[in-house]
Amino acid sequence: MSDFDWGVIARSYSFLAEGMLLSALLVLVATVGGLIVGFGLALMRLSTHRLISVPAAGYVTVMRSLPLVLVLFWFYFLMPLAIGRPVGSLTSALIAFVLFEAAFYCEIIRAGIGSVRKGQSDAGLATGLRRWQVLRLIVMPQAMRAMGPLILNQIVIVFQDTSLVYVVSLHDFLTAASVIASRDGRATEMYSLVAVVYLMICLSITKAAEFYRRRRPS
Amino acid sequence: MNYRWDWSVLIREPFADWLWSGVLLTLAISLLSWAVALTIGIVVGIARSAPSRTARLVAGIYIDVFRSVPPLVQLFLWYFVFPEMVPDSVGLWLKRDLPYPEIVTAVLAIGLFAGARVAEQVRAGIEAVGAPLLPAALATGLRPLQAFRLIALPLGLRAIVGPLTSEFLITIKLSSLSLTIGVLELTAQSRHVENYTFQGFEAFTFATIGYLVIGLCATGLMRLIDNRLGGAALRKATA
Repeated sequence: MSDFDWGVIARSYSFLAEGMLLSALLVLVATVGGLIVGFGLALMRLSTHRLISVPAAGYVTVMRSLPLVLVLFWFYFLMPLAIGRPVGSLTSALIAFVLFEAAFYCEIIRAGIGSVRKGQSDAGLATGLRRWQVLRLIVMPQAMRAMGPLILNQIVIVFQDTSLVYVVSLHDFLTAASVIASRDGRATEMYSLVAVVYLMICLSITKAAEFYRRRRPS
Repeated sequence: MNYRWDWSVLIREPFADWLWSGVLLTLAISLLSWAVALTIGIVVGIARSAPSRTARLVAGIYIDVFRSVPPLVQLFLWYFVFPEMVPDSVGLWLKRDLPYPEIVTAVLAIGLFAGARVAEQVRAGIEAVGAPLLPAALATGLRPLQAFRLIALPLGLRAIVGPLTSEFLITIKLSSLSLTIGVLELTAQSRHVENYTFQGFEAFTFATIGYLVIGLCATGLMRLIDNRLGGAALRKATA
């Protein structure tokens, strides 16, 4: 094993920090966008009209059986065709992430809504509330209790997923480190650093989710 | 949107050849890493539910570490860093003499990651289904180790065939990561065809349908096992 050079980490600090910012942006957009689209998909799946529920179920099933790398390639290739002019790889990756993660958030939200007993919404309807009021005031607050830890876990997975933008050459944290690793011939230092940083962030969120689940049993 | 459709790329040589070799490689990597994941998962899952504190701690650390580092980073660690960390003779052998180094590395890296996830399921299975049967097994005169080996472990494993289906599907999807170290599996080959022909629509559709069919087959296979000897069979036997 060659001598471990910590200096390379200090020298490339700002480049790595910029990479981490992009990773954070991807997580933020994928989670907020994914939750919004996923909520819509979950409502569609719970609809009693088959014309509405079947397409949503099909979308979720297809998205969940494709590797994210392929989905990234699809949007990287499709977006310029659909819009008619070249779009950056960041735009296409953000859209791919939102639409991909939405399928996973949809299943979490659907399970959360499903965990609220039907009597609750029946009682809400009986008091004269409208359907969306029942959803907003009675079902969702209770569903949140079951969904909280699952959403935290999904955020960890999204954060890990963001490392895949490597394949469309976006400089996220991992890609930034790999650029320096090959430029300076310091793969050992860079990839060890990347692994430790991901480990610390992901493990603390996972443990927080476990703590949250134990404190508030559903 | 002006796009020149040409579905014939999917049956024209050499593109058809590329795509089908990609399908075979995706199947091979998925099945091999699934075998690694099951082996690791069962061993670590047993250690996680062992009476020894040390065994539980080591298994717990393995699960935490391997689940928290993104699989792509793990793949890079095994491929770029591991050969530098081991003694020179081993490192040289890994770099020069190991047959199909990219494929072997991908299989091990994906298997080790998925193994940590499988281990959690195995632990849950032993805890929820196997362990409650231990007192009865001990009462029949079995020794503790026999009771675990003959009763708690097999019944715990049979109970988790259903949940393992989604781990299998995750492993299949993970096989696509191997393209980053140069393995020409299904996703890489569809990208390859797109680069050569600009028929991305056709190539990616082929890959999409490929993954859907492989996923359906995997789900069907796991359901068959579940019905024959898994949790579904257990529920039928006790009903």
